[in-house]
Amino acid sequence: MSSYNVIKHEVSKEPLIHITKNSAMPFWKSFLIRAAAVAIAFLLCSILSYLMIGANPLEFLKTFWDGNFGINAAASKIVIWKLAKDTAVLLCIALAITPAFRMKFWNIGAEGQVLIGALAAVAVVYYSGDKFPDWLLFLFMLLAAVAAGIVWAVIPAIFKAIWNSNETLFTLMMNYAATYFVAFCLVKWTPDGSSTLGELKRGHLPSIGHPYLLLILTVLLITGLLFVYLYYSKQGYEISVVGESQRTAKYIGINVKKVIIRTMTLSGALCGLTGFMIVAALDHSVTTTTVGGRGFTAIIVSWMAKFNPLVMIGVAFLIVFLNQGANRLATNFRVGKAFPDLVVGVIIFFVIGCEFFIRYKVHIRRKAPAAASVSGNVAEGISESGEGSGGGGGDGSGVVEASGEARSDEAVNETVNDTEKEGNAK
Amino acid sequence: MTDPAEKTRDLTENANRPYALELKGVSKAFGSIQANYKVDLQLKHGEILALLGENGSGKTTLMNMVAGIYFPDEGQIFVDGEEVVIGSPRDAYKYKIGMIHQHFKLVDLFSAAENVVLGVNDGSRYSIKEVNERVRQIADRYGFNINPKDKIHEMSVSQKQTVEILKVLYRGAEILILDEPTAVLTPQETEVLFSVLRQMKADGKSIVIITHKLHEVLAISDRVAVLRKGEHIATVNTAESTESSLTEMMVGKKVSLNIDRTEPHDTAERLVVKGLSGHNPEGLKVLDDVSFTAFGGEILGIAGIAGSGQRELLEAVAGIYSPDEGEITYIEPKNGDRVNLRKKTPLQIRELGVRLSFVPEDRLGMGLVGSMDITDNVMLRSYRSGRTILLNRNDPKKLAEDIVRDLEVATPNLRTPVRRLSGGNVQKVLVGREIASAPSVLMAAYPVRGLDINSSYAIYNLLNDQKERGVAVIFVGEDLDVLIELCDRILVINSGRVTGIVDARTTDKETVGFLMTKSDDRPKSDERGGNS
Repeated sequence: MSSYNVIKHEVSKEPLIHITKNSAMPFWKSFLIRAAAVAIAFLLCSILSYLMIGANPLEFLKTFWDGNFGINAAASKIVIWKLAKDTAVLLCIALAITPAFRMKFWNIGAEGQVLIGALAAVAVVYYSGDKFPDWLLFLFMLLAAVAAGIVWAVIPAIFKAIWNSNETLFTLMMNYAATYFVAFCLVKWTPDGSSTLGELKRGHLPSIGHPYLLLILTVLLITGLLFVYLYYSKQGYEISVVGESQRTAKYIGINVKKVIIRTMTLSGALCGLTGFMIVAALDHSVTTTTVGGRGFTAIIVSWMAKFNPLVMIGVAFLIVFLNQGANRLATNFRVGKAFPDLVVGVIIFFVIGCEFFIRYKVHIRRKAPAAASVSGNVAEGISESGEGSGGGGGDGSGVVEASGEARSDEAVNETVNDTEKEGNAK
Repeated sequence: MTDPAEKTRDLTENANRPYALELKGVSKAFGSIQANYKVDLQLKHGEILALLGENGSGKTTLMNMVAGIYFPDEGQIFVDGEEVVIGSPRDAYKYKIGMIHQHFKLVDLFSAAENVVLGVNDGSRYSIKEVNERVRQIADRYGFNINPKDKIHEMSVSQKQTVEILKVLYRGAEILILDEPTAVLTPQETEVLFSVLRQMKADGKSIVIITHKLHEVLAISDRVAVLRKGEHIATVNTAESTESSLTEMMVGKKVSLNIDRTEPHDTAERLVVKGLSGHNPEGLKVLDDVSFTAFGGEILGIAGIAGSGQRELLEAVAGIYSPDEGEITYIEPKNGDRVNLRKKTPLQIRELGVRLSFVPEDRLGMGLVGSMDITDNVMLRSYRSGRTILLNRNDPKKLAEDIVRDLEVATPNLRTPVRRLSGGNVQKVLVGREIASAPSVLMAAYPVRGLDINSSYAIYNLLNDQKERGVAVIFVGEDLDVLIELCDRILVINSGRVTGIVDARTTDKETVGFLMTKSDDRPKSDERGGNS
């Protein structure tokens, strides 16, 4: 063979920073990154508070602490119970949507599903009067709430399973339906036209030691049960398989439609149950804002915990903790709601943002490499190579992951991960 | 054979006009796989050149380098005699080169004209009216049946392809590269496409058409360039070639692999397929009256160009794909009971006690769950066992340990998500699981694709082992050398039809290659069934 001129060119350049996927990271290391993120976030917020409202950073932190744990023994008892109660309610809604999320069914209708459950529980009390003994009344309230939650959740599920409609839009719309249905019922139930129902006379769950304790224990029990269900039961396993790959599910003979509907039934039932508890243990009434956006906050909780019920306890606590602290900030410094919201936003941003550093590795080019020209367009074409092989892609991704420990050194860098960003950059 | 470079030089000197496109010594490797090695290629002005080769022979990779999607590791590209550097698709358009990819890249909600103009930045003000007009002019010139205002999602597959062609013509391409354009078309649509190509040729465009269908090569091209395993074998005039001469160039000489093969013994009917026909979701016929019998104790190979119906055939047997008509019968080895598998779900098939294992082509997308660990993946087949509502992970864990040990799966531990394993190890986990259920029929689709030599031989040995145990093994492969050395019989499938079942011990590559690619001699059934 004769030798050819190998042309050198500078069409594509290696960028200053490139990003590769991180394979596994030991637990302690990822924990450290997360802790560092929270610490940096608080630090940043203290500085911001000094610059914007003139609070000294120590005072800022103290206010945050006081907001959650009280300034003295008497106050602390009240706020700590409130902290626990709010955490429990948020956690319960997060738990309710988690089975659906693990199936990659993006149910953002928890707000409506909980609300309609609460309404159903109230309706039972409103219409039954004094007909039933307490225990029977509770049972009917519970059943009605659960049934209402299921109805609200299963309608979108059926449409998804049969016609593959978009569950996100559908469940979102069901929220509005629930809100306005509650508004309608309130008008109907209040002849004076105030639309304010007031406290129900019956249907208050008994207090065991503390009015919130029954609720908190129930939610903890649900957390444990759901954890076992998702990780150790056959149905939980099916949920994971369907969520990961419907093709695999069909291949091993899982009835995907059935799993979707079954899982949403569970999700809706848990939402309904939450609605029942809000009515029977806390509010003893219903308004259009009974859930108050917690159905949406719960989505963040579920995601941040990577759909693990046990981790959700911590995440729900963090969110409620932040809100309480921020509220305290608002009252103490008289800065209204905007600044506390900013603080919460900054902290959550850091907590979620640090996941990037856990999942990916950032390589910074030390100096301009001499012959780093060839890497340009590999990634773009990888998806198209393989001569029309249907399954080639699957194999490819396996290789990609395996070579995730990419070389940061110069020269020809053929690793797909490295070039993924560059290929499209032009 | 003379030195290809020498030949090139002679041709260059003889031609009056430089080549529209010329490649000299172009190579490209992906990791350890050499996709193209020192390829020389010439495209004359106003000709249609067919680029012919088996799956994985490097046709698409080569043309992707011309279109600016890959960059060659070495070699030169000339356009009109001038050396050029093509670093991006934009560069390619600068040299008037346009490629129509196999998978369309269109925005469904946009109209044809909007898709055509997308990404064009010629400095002039954007006016959809003008674009519509220009697109209409181009369409009229070449006889495209298309309305520029129609939305993509309302179009048929062939119309979408037309839009892709319009896209490159709009950008002023003089050199058009079409990557397997007929793979998605019905015979009539193919005819329409060919007449369009002839019109473009008459208009002075130079066209490269990538294909592995011999009759199309003969029907449309002026010259044929044949690639085999990444290397350029020869370029010949179409008029002087026949299907068999092209096949010979495509498949090459026999390579000895030394795979152990024993004579089948105690063979008995295990799976009988009769008259199986079916469509794909696009409405094209993918299985056409397929009949065969698989025997226990032998390996039945299935050969065919990719997408000839192999996947649908195996999925039909496994209960995943539902064919329009035909019979699938399983014969129980113990008592000879005949069980009908047609219209049964995978679960029903298992509940009937049919021990059918299936290693699908798409390992991580179908056979396994990438994010789950080895134990949970091993459990996929068996997780339902037992009456409790909770999972039993003990037995699957033991099985996973066995698979890792016996098949030498390289993994940090059992908790590693299979997605992180290399291709060979992923396949070992999958095959290991499928064999573990003591199957009586084992179907494997491209089980060694992407695997290195050692892993490939490990898989061959596993399949041979199953054959020794009296299992009916069905092996869908793409490497003819492997099929001929590993299998006992080879069924050749061509556009969904069985074109022959040959004895692997006496056949040769040319025969199989010819059956894989020979043109349709039966009356064409081209009506589209199902909904399109």
